[in-house]
Amino acid sequence: MKKFNILTSTCVPLPIENIDTDQIIPARFLKATTRDGFGENLFRDWRYSGGENPVEDFVLNTAKYSGKILVAGRNFGCGSSREHAAWAIADFGFNAVVSSFFADIFKNNALNNGLLPVQVSESFLDQLFDAIEKNPSINVRIDLPKQIIEIEELNLRERFDINTYKKHCMINGLDDIDYLRENKKEIEEFEKQL
Amino acid sequence: MLTGKNELAQDMSKTLFDKIWDSHVVKHVDDGPDILYIDRHFIHEVTSPQAFNGLRNRGIRVARPDKTVATADHNVPTKDQHLPIRDELSRTQVNKLIENCEEFGVELYGLNHPFQGIVHVIGPELGITQPGMTIVCGDSHTSTHGAFGAIAFGIGTSEVEQVFATQCILQPKPKTMKIEINGELGKGVLSKDIILYIISKISTSGGNGYFVEYSGSTIRSLSMEARMTICNMSIEMGARGGLIAPDEVTFEYIQGKEFAPIGVELENKIANWRHLTTDQDARFDKVYEFKAEDIEPMITYGTNPAMGIGISDRIPNGSVRASEAESFKKSLHYMGLEPDSSLLGKKVNYVFIGSCTNSRIEDLRLVAELVKGKSKADDINVMIIPGSKQVEKQAIEEGLDKIFQEAGFELRQPGCSACLGMNEDKVPSGEFCVSTSNRNFEGRQGPGARTLLASPLTAAATALNGYITDVRELI
Repeated sequence: MKKFNILTSTCVPLPIENIDTDQIIPARFLKATTRDGFGENLFRDWRYSGGENPVEDFVLNTAKYSGKILVAGRNFGCGSSREHAAWAIADFGFNAVVSSFFADIFKNNALNNGLLPVQVSESFLDQLFDAIEKNPSINVRIDLPKQIIEIEELNLRERFDINTYKKHCMINGLDDIDYLRENKKEIEEFEKQL
Repeated sequence: MLTGKNELAQDMSKTLFDKIWDSHVVKHVDDGPDILYIDRHFIHEVTSPQAFNGLRNRGIRVARPDKTVATADHNVPTKDQHLPIRDELSRTQVNKLIENCEEFGVELYGLNHPFQGIVHVIGPELGITQPGMTIVCGDSHTSTHGAFGAIAFGIGTSEVEQVFATQCILQPKPKTMKIEINGELGKGVLSKDIILYIISKISTSGGNGYFVEYSGSTIRSLSMEARMTICNMSIEMGARGGLIAPDEVTFEYIQGKEFAPIGVELENKIANWRHLTTDQDARFDKVYEFKAEDIEPMITYGTNPAMGIGISDRIPNGSVRASEAESFKKSLHYMGLEPDSSLLGKKVNYVFIGSCTNSRIEDLRLVAELVKGKSKADDINVMIIPGSKQVEKQAIEEGLDKIFQEAGFELRQPGCSACLGMNEDKVPSGEFCVSTSNRNFEGRQGPGARTLLASPLTAAATALNGYITDVRELI
């Protein structure tokens, strides 16, 4: 898994609440049997009208916004458990998603793919949206070891939570299967008493 | 799989969820996820291929193929299933499942197998789903199996690979929520209406971080299939899953199913399953109570399942949360609906009866009973997709297929179908579809499709009239 330590980048804002994984990657694009190439269809039906014509004012189609951080409204990633949503976001080039609330399964999926979900307060999210709108080239810095997200030039910062184990995995690029397999003996012992 | 006597004596007050979870923890780490042992792992063609690839890359096998069951459901046609799948990508994906199951020794109920069907329909109907189990599947509606008093939840593909590799999953323990519903349901009100009502009250994210236990006299009065509909949609309020303590209705349902225990083994199991209850003084992190009498047939008007109203209500004029105002407006714009308007009488051109929420034999019987001797409205397309080969067979044995045919309802073959529009069963852009499925997200049933979620009875009544109908007027 890709390692994550400190990321400084401009942001792409998507101030919509309850963005479900069917929007992130519609079901008709889930027919692949590998993990690659899903970025092409990220937010497909918001990016293209009639399936093909780019929607000019959609954030991913404007030159105004770019970067490795996606900033989205509350309850991001609800709905279907499809990990393809996390793959699509990462494949498109994002390394982190910031929201005031993540759906559980999406959060797990993101963490399992080196895509950092950063959960911030409602007020911080509002300030972030404001700052990005006023200056699309403003840099946001995410420091995972210190668990801090900040805009240095505005002196705006907040601490975010992350599970200690998951933080360790993200920083070191470790995945859960390595860890689980280290516990093989305990699992076998458990199975014996079933 | 019950907790040992000592543990029970030390901590008398546990929820059912805690009892099952704690008895499956292989290893607990403070501030870390638990290593949770999984009793049953269901897989399907869409979320498993990358996990099988992962095993190959690591050079390892499926740890417990005997606890793993596969079917093809999400991406299969619902017509001419005996022919090769026409869409090349779909065919490749379904064939990949066949190859993977052969290579890794996993039992597959694929297309044309008598046990094939939607994964959350076949698990229960085959007796594979049992009380007290931990069950996972790479599909968020795995919560369905909670109706048997099991901890069942949806997982991502990386987690599917974890379970393949070790029969365990790393999970932080969710908090617990109790939702109690008491009283008698009104005429024409089904369990689908109960869950749509609950979600409309709790919101699409209100259950986030929680595992729900449904209880109360209303829940107790429901059949197993009706209970499955409730647990199925737990994820639509953000909950990890939902469960219902097993009782005589549960034990009765399981008996005689293909892979259910028999004889003395069954008796012993049932004796154990009777202990699967929440202790009287157990504390939940959150509790909601609802009255069955307050629930009328429900229908959704927006683009998430919490945007639902009683069928005689009007669409709200604005969102509850200020920050949701933009999303609310965007949602109504997508749906082409006006605030403060009623949905009753609205012309609809599509009705979909199916999905892991409402495609079981009882759903089909209810529909058949309502439409027997009647005909659908002229302009409406009505599709009925049975949940499994067994449901399809049963429907035909009971003559339901003839009733549907006479009414102009098209009975097709099993699969997820227009619930998610992955195969060719889609609703055209801009068209309204009253659907018994679980999600009304933008484009869920096809790009531009406008989904209105409702019960099988409301869907069938709408099909007869050609416009959104309060089923209570027809019964």
